[in-house]
Amino acid sequence: MSETIKKTQRPLSPHLQVYRLPLTALLSISHRACGVGLSVGTALVAAFLIAAAGGEGSYNMVMGLASSLLGQIILFLWSAALYFHMCNGIRHMFWDTGKFLEKDVAMRTNYIVIMFAFILTASTWACAYLTG
Amino acid sequence: MPSHSEEDRLKSPLAKARGLGSGHHGAEHWLHQKITALANIPLVLWLVWSIVKLKAASYAQFTAWLAYPLNAILMILLIISVLYHARLGSQVIAEDYLSGWFRMSKLIGIRLFFFAIGVACIFSVLKIAFTAGM
Repeated sequence: MSETIKKTQRPLSPHLQVYRLPLTALLSISHRACGVGLSVGTALVAAFLIAAAGGEGSYNMVMGLASSLLGQIILFLWSAALYFHMCNGIRHMFWDTGKFLEKDVAMRTNYIVIMFAFILTASTWACAYLTG
Repeated sequence: MPSHSEEDRLKSPLAKARGLGSGHHGAEHWLHQKITALANIPLVLWLVWSIVKLKAASYAQFTAWLAYPLNAILMILLIISVLYHARLGSQVIAEDYLSGWFRMSKLIGIRLFFFAIGVACIFSVLKIAFTAGM
């Protein structure tokens, strides 16, 4: 009986399903999610290289897939995940030195990370589509 | 063992062991993750730049590009650094969120997956680099 009371009266921490994550926490879990996505994406890089090693026929096939709409969407998501993971990873390096750890500073660097990831992704795709 | 500082010398064996963790590789894991992260920055930027440059390359153009020693070397360095970094990161995620036999099988699977991807990539790069234009 005392067991049940103890359990029900125990204070609960904000549960993940009802707690609105602050931006810093959202970027933190996004960093991991992008890392997993990029890790899975290495299989696609391998598939491309294997196809290219297979000869002209298989090379042309994967180039066709990459330039299709689905291929371009995957490449776009890959580039965005890559740049975000890179920018946030650089922020992690600063954090490792003990800098920028205060809550308000972390909130400001959230926006810097997002801004840099956005600029890098946008300029890469601008280069890809505007250059011949 | 490295020489102990004054503080270490006064610590009990338990205090010395605390924080080392059961794996004993925490600091090494962290350092390797950071070293590969640093290496990945220029390598990945080079890769993206190369993809943009080669977006419409023919088979002959692509293989000639990869057969150029600097490109083949950078590609192999990129493969090793990125896959090792991915392996370390995936390991942390599996350790944080999974438990029991599922965690163990995932940890083994992660190692095998990235090793296999690495071998496949490096073999493919070398094959193209050594046979391009032949």
